[in-house]
Amino acid sequence: MLSLILILIAGVFFTGIINRVKSLSSGRKGPDILQPIRDVISLFKKGSVYSETTSFVFQIAPTIYFASVIMAMLVVPFGSSKGIISFNGDFIFFAYVLSLGKFFNIISAMDTGSSFEGMGASREALYSMFAEPAFFILMGSLALLTGYTSFHEMFAALHIGSYISYALAILGTFVLLMISMVENSRMPIDDPKTHLELTMVHEVMILDNSGFDLGLILSAGYLKFAIYGALVVNLFIGVFPYQYSIPIFFVIQILLATAIGLIESFMARFRMSHNAQFIFVLTSVSLLIFFGALLILGKFA
Amino acid sequence: MNAFLTIAFGAILLIPFLNVKGKGIAVFAVVLSNALLSGNLALQALTGQSLEYVFSGSLATGPINLRLDALSGWFILIIDFIFVTGCFYGLFYMKAYQKQMNNITLHGIAFILLHTSLVSLCVIQNSIAFLIAWEIMALSAFLVVIFEHEKMATVKAGMNYLIQSHVCILFLMFGFIWVAFKTGSYDFNAITTYTAAHPGAAGMILFLSFFMGFAIKAGFIPFHTWLPYAHPAAPAHISGIMSGVIIKIGIFGILRMITIIKADYYSIGLVILTFSLISGLYGVMLAIVQHNLKKLLAYHSIENIGIIGMGIGIGCIGLGTDSYILASLGFAGALLHTLNHALFKSLLFFTAGNVYQATHNLHIDQLGGLIRKMPHTARLFLVAAIAICGIPPLNGFISEFIIYSGFYYWMQDAMLGSLLTIIFSVLALVLIGGLAVLCFTKAFGIVFLGTPRQPFNHEVHEVSSFQLVPLYLIALFIVVIGVFPQIFLNGLLLPVHLLTGNLSNLEVPFPEKIIDILQPVTLSVWAFILIVLLVFGLRKLIQHRGSSEVSPTWGCGYTAPTARIQYTASSFVRPYSKLFKPFLLSSKHEEELAGVFPTGGAYETHIFDRIEKYLIENPIAAIKSLLGKFLFLQNGKLQFYILYGIAFIVSVICIPLFYDQIVLFFDFIKQI
Repeated sequence: MLSLILILIAGVFFTGIINRVKSLSSGRKGPDILQPIRDVISLFKKGSVYSETTSFVFQIAPTIYFASVIMAMLVVPFGSSKGIISFNGDFIFFAYVLSLGKFFNIISAMDTGSSFEGMGASREALYSMFAEPAFFILMGSLALLTGYTSFHEMFAALHIGSYISYALAILGTFVLLMISMVENSRMPIDDPKTHLELTMVHEVMILDNSGFDLGLILSAGYLKFAIYGALVVNLFIGVFPYQYSIPIFFVIQILLATAIGLIESFMARFRMSHNAQFIFVLTSVSLLIFFGALLILGKFA
Repeated sequence: MNAFLTIAFGAILLIPFLNVKGKGIAVFAVVLSNALLSGNLALQALTGQSLEYVFSGSLATGPINLRLDALSGWFILIIDFIFVTGCFYGLFYMKAYQKQMNNITLHGIAFILLHTSLVSLCVIQNSIAFLIAWEIMALSAFLVVIFEHEKMATVKAGMNYLIQSHVCILFLMFGFIWVAFKTGSYDFNAITTYTAAHPGAAGMILFLSFFMGFAIKAGFIPFHTWLPYAHPAAPAHISGIMSGVIIKIGIFGILRMITIIKADYYSIGLVILTFSLISGLYGVMLAIVQHNLKKLLAYHSIENIGIIGMGIGIGCIGLGTDSYILASLGFAGALLHTLNHALFKSLLFFTAGNVYQATHNLHIDQLGGLIRKMPHTARLFLVAAIAICGIPPLNGFISEFIIYSGFYYWMQDAMLGSLLTIIFSVLALVLIGGLAVLCFTKAFGIVFLGTPRQPFNHEVHEVSSFQLVPLYLIALFIVVIGVFPQIFLNGLLLPVHLLTGNLSNLEVPFPEKIIDILQPVTLSVWAFILIVLLVFGLRKLIQHRGSSEVSPTWGCGYTAPTARIQYTASSFVRPYSKLFKPFLLSSKHEEELAGVFPTGGAYETHIFDRIEKYLIENPIAAIKSLLGKFLFLQNGKLQFYILYGIAFIVSVICIPLFYDQIVLFFDFIKQI
């Protein structure tokens, strides 16, 4: 329950911080950090326009996408406090339920019959496919290290003691951060602020969405950031008491948002054809974590 | 049991004398009554009353044991369900071919024989009878596949299938004859006693020989090459049955051999796991780039056989390491996925059949926008597509989840080698899931969504509502397994017990463990459905107040979009096919644009199966060219053929006569 509330709060300001950091580093004052939420609320109030090509798929897809993110959020724990749902193998459920959302997102883009949206759909399908193996290997390594297979038990049993485990936690942070960049279509995989449809990935998929549906999609994106942020936090807090862990949660979330903002300000987007290589790197790093876990357990003997 | 065979053979004699409608109804009645008969017995077997029956048999075979145990029961129920729905669907699908009387007679008879032989294969415990039933199954399947035999491609595909099924029988025969030669008995129990008495290599080789035989039927890579041709060539109801059931008899064979062969299960598990990983990955990799909808689905069958194989592999490793939970997780996952795949894959083939019926076209890039014309078909295809990707809340997720749990459970006390195997298997399973999403978003998105990519010169409309009944029934099962898996897991209890053998009484009983694992998953699935409904309700409520209008798709400023500028299937998967180029064998035909006012260009790509090329086509080409050198012997002149005959007879008579001299001659040469 605690994790749910914390993630919701973090989701409110996460994207705002990214935008604020980006505008500050480009020398502007920028909107305040609650602006994304205001955008979503005003979208909720607006009417919508539907393409005449679309079918029921386009109508239900944003709902299912949003629901899948909410469902994923319920699984994420906070330190020693369980997520609302917690069971053995819940991380498998987490990844697969998110992939249901993606499935609908992709086909709803195809539903418009637009040449651009199909392009975004194709890229999204490919990129997210490559992010998943890294996630499963990371979780597999944690499962191996701790002997448990649910988010809550794994994170609770994770003790940061030796140098190697510090290294693993940092690599894990890197992997989760990068997965969240891929999942949320941010730099360096995708540029959310690009003005040309040809160079977009995620943004071009939702060109035809408007009103309430667009609001759902945007807020799902904000929550996704907070969810991955919460996973990163979980790598570190372990069994700390709440008076420490809750501040740590917010500090790390803010740090992550700042890091993403800085990355987006000072890095160019990769060439589309290089993205796949970048994602392979992600898988390799997660394999490195796996070997690190083997090292800690002395399985190489 | 006798009634079962009597109905089938009675009907076969009757069918030629009926009119078209009568034939159809007779076939359906026979399949239905046989399914009810065998299904009833199978249900009893699943609840614990296994059935034994001994036919006196003949001199050659010895007494034929029939045993309907829980494993046979599980498979018989799958076979019956798919055959009944497939047959009902086929009644309507075949309407277009009503005029071909003789053809339909043969088709109906072969169909009944196929069903009868498949059910018999599940119960026969005698190797000669098993091989005979297997042969009947292979031949009748060949006959139903080549229904449209006026098409060259169909006959070719049928021949390919026929030849490969006989290679498969060759392997099986080798195994059975070996045991019969050593023990003198054709009963399956002889295999158990023989392998128990000869631990080590013998059991392993025997198992591998059976595995290869059954793997050809099941479509494991590299024994899969018949599959992508046979499925598209057959009529839709047959493709559905083939992919849903016929290739599963290969899986049944492998599982049956696991129960009767006593060998080093750990190594067997690793072998199966390796084949399965390759099949799973390679199957889906090739599926993505297919242009023909049914061929795409056929490659997906290979992928799913890979997933089932992973389950079997884990199960065997569990048997080998005496870990009851691991074994039961693996086998339960494999058996459940067998059922699941039978359901969603037959549904996919049936809906593809609907598409073909409506448009007479299966080329993905030429279709589009069918969701407006065929809303039911589109909805059913969508359900099956989500299920096959292994996404909650449908059935594919449940079985894949069990298999994942198996892998992560195995991790707990594994050593380095096993750990690497586990992590790469998980990696493969995840990739398979991701690639399947890519593949089915492509298939669904291009075929059903957007606007039609080319006009058809005939009306495209939804198939009749009766034809949709069996499809909705299958879809219902897909949803029920996804949302209430417990019902089906209870049915799995006895088959898994049978497979895990004597491990069962060591630790916790199986159902509690797996149902424990799945209880929260089910709850989450319910929670998810609830959330979807809530958000949807909220959306309805809020949108009701706002305005909603309809306008053209945003064309990014371009004001005259045509259907041809939509994304196509090939462009959808282009980033993928560029990335996976080293694994795919593709050929391009390109007509460059030329001149100041270019008239028309063309661009075509074809993807070939690399394994098929190197493993089947190239060796066959080599053999052909070698044999071609002797083509002068076959010159079509009768005189020469008589000469060959005489030369053969003379040599047969003379060689024994001169045998001593020849031996002497060789001795003489040796002395020199």
